[in-house]
Amino acid sequence: MGDTRLMKGNEALAEAAIRAGCQGYFGYPITPQSEILEYLADEGRKRGMIVLQAESEVASINMVYGGAGAGARVMTSSSSPGISLMQEGISYIACAELPCLIVNVNRGGPGLGTIQPSQGDYFQSVKGGGHGDYRLIVLAPSSVQEMADFVYDAFDLADKYRTPVLILADGALGQMMEKVEFREYIPADHVPPKPWATTGKLKDRARNFVTSLHMQPEQMEEVNKHLQAKYRTIAEHEVRYELVAADDAEYMIVAYGLAARVSHRAVQLARAEGIRVGLLRPITLWPYPSAVLQSIASRLQGVLVVEMNAGQMVEDVRLAVEGRAPVHFYGRMGGVIPAPDEVVRALRAIVYNEVAQAAEAH
Amino acid sequence: MAKGKVTFDIETCKGCELCIEACPQLSLALSSKINAQGYHYAVLIKDNCTGCVNCALVCPDAVITVYRQKKKSKTPVARITNVTQNITVTIDDERK
Amino acid sequence: MSPEITQDLTAEEQEQLECVYAKPKTLTETRFHYCPGCGHSVAHRVLMEVIDELDIQDKTIGIAPVGCSVFAYHYMNIDMQGAAHGRASAVATAVKRLLPDRYVFAYQGDGDLAAIGTAETIHTCNRGENIMMVFINNAIYGMTGGQMAPTTLLGMKTSTSPTGRTAETAGFPIMITNMIAMLPGVAYVTRQSVETPNAVRQLKKAFTKGFQYQKEHKGTCFIEVVSNCPSGWKMTPLQANKWLVENMFPVYPPGDIKVPA
Repeated sequence: MGDTRLMKGNEALAEAAIRAGCQGYFGYPITPQSEILEYLADEGRKRGMIVLQAESEVASINMVYGGAGAGARVMTSSSSPGISLMQEGISYIACAELPCLIVNVNRGGPGLGTIQPSQGDYFQSVKGGGHGDYRLIVLAPSSVQEMADFVYDAFDLADKYRTPVLILADGALGQMMEKVEFREYIPADHVPPKPWATTGKLKDRARNFVTSLHMQPEQMEEVNKHLQAKYRTIAEHEVRYELVAADDAEYMIVAYGLAARVSHRAVQLARAEGIRVGLLRPITLWPYPSAVLQSIASRLQGVLVVEMNAGQMVEDVRLAVEGRAPVHFYGRMGGVIPAPDEVVRALRAIVYNEVAQAAEAH
Repeated sequence: MAKGKVTFDIETCKGCELCIEACPQLSLALSSKINAQGYHYAVLIKDNCTGCVNCALVCPDAVITVYRQKKKSKTPVARITNVTQNITVTIDDERK
Repeated sequence: MSPEITQDLTAEEQEQLECVYAKPKTLTETRFHYCPGCGHSVAHRVLMEVIDELDIQDKTIGIAPVGCSVFAYHYMNIDMQGAAHGRASAVATAVKRLLPDRYVFAYQGDGDLAAIGTAETIHTCNRGENIMMVFINNAIYGMTGGQMAPTTLLGMKTSTSPTGRTAETAGFPIMITNMIAMLPGVAYVTRQSVETPNAVRQLKKAFTKGFQYQKEHKGTCFIEVVSNCPSGWKMTPLQANKWLVENMFPVYPPGDIKVPA
């Protein structure tokens, strides 16, 4: 039976981490996500978690590497500039195939930026961020409930595929308070055996070592081929998304996270005006729901991508749509949250401009 | 026979000469021959090794195995039991 | 050329001699890639001898650095993790915190520990993490081709101090070991070396104490090993060891700097 509370997004995420059996949290304060560290420093420690405030985000991600290599469920969290500092470590973790959870509570950037919410780290999350050919599984919550739910999913995915998983939230989701229900979850039922972990070489097995160094190019290529095969498997099985009002839609808004909440309201307002618009909300930003988008695109008059950045996910939308329908973009930057009627206005401009153009042609 | 002996993993030796320097008996030198890696390897040249382990202690590549004369085992010549008061024991060691 | 005595033990020798030293089983069969005479090799060997003698092979986890000893996990027959440059002590921190009953050590060179890893070094020591930190100080960056290290001596020529290090350009050799000895969470700080048999014996004692103190939860044990770098210093191993005694020891004198109460 679940346990329902009114909680801040950051704290809901932290509570879920405890319940998901996270054994180690290593992090550094940064607004707007310090509550995760604070909640765990209090509640987490009381319930047996190793919680360490590290000297920096660089130290944090390397502690995560060590803990994951030793076979534990471990995580860190930060916000944009801190996630930038973690990129080397993330690349090492991906190559060494270590499971872990990294949470980015995206704030405005670039640079030191602002503490307000933003989606400016989409590229950083799904296109690399760190060096080399690797991918993170990226989950994008859009409610406090999902801030909690995705933690269990993230740890399970990380362990299933031996890969780092990123939860890409934003400052508003981290700070807002909503009802959240914590589901039944017994970590022991979910954590697989980890015979590869560095727990001390027992007499009946060869030593384990965790590394991302492969000096021979042929060997490095094999490692990369293995990683790519893994990513293909993940892309085949782990795409998640939500479709709203899509069946009869002529237009589709594509948005994730907070922008999707705003766009959901915009869909309601636009429908009330007679515009047949739906919403595709990617939940996994990687692997991206390209297949579903492509299959819908042929019957659409247009796609409007709504983001809180200068236009990042819109590129993946264009790739998926592949010219089947015009793709438009509406975005606010720097930590400004678009309002639903802004999105409706942007939608109207597409809908009626095209209608006007069609009328002119005749 | 010398008190000790050393043997070398000839193929692993890199001819660094640290063992030669460390040997107090000056019993080691580089061979005129080379191993498969191209190094002149270290060899024992005198039969006066004491098994002091100095060479093996400084060897970077764990090339050296050291042998030394086994300690003569001590066999008891007498056993004194059931002592209930202070006693004095005098031993005439006829072996001397 | 002097006659070479046969390697094989005679029948008499086999009967009367016993083996008093052999390569420890805690070293793998893989040949060290280190240059002839390199202090890393000796340090690896001594550390593994101690792990063998203490019989803790199945309970020890080592963290390898980036530097010449990046391949340490190919030589040390224990569970190991290869850390990013400078971060070995952070990695070791997490391993020890999550597996507190194991012996954990971080093994680093001068760039790893005292340049890029300085923050991790200081804070791991400041937290008094119950690990052993092994610091191989040869005053140069060997793996990347002989650049200056934070511990490079004044006047020493390296590829990035080609006319000799000056304080105006590059500051002074950093006394990182003495600095961290000031931190209350650090229990045991010692500076050792490997250029003579006696030095090796002392280092072995230091490693043994380090593991013993870890078992006793004394705090961080920090063991610096002043080492040569024959290739980087452009000397033979014998010349390098002589140079080490004459030039490194005045700046980095061996001995205990801090011992547990």
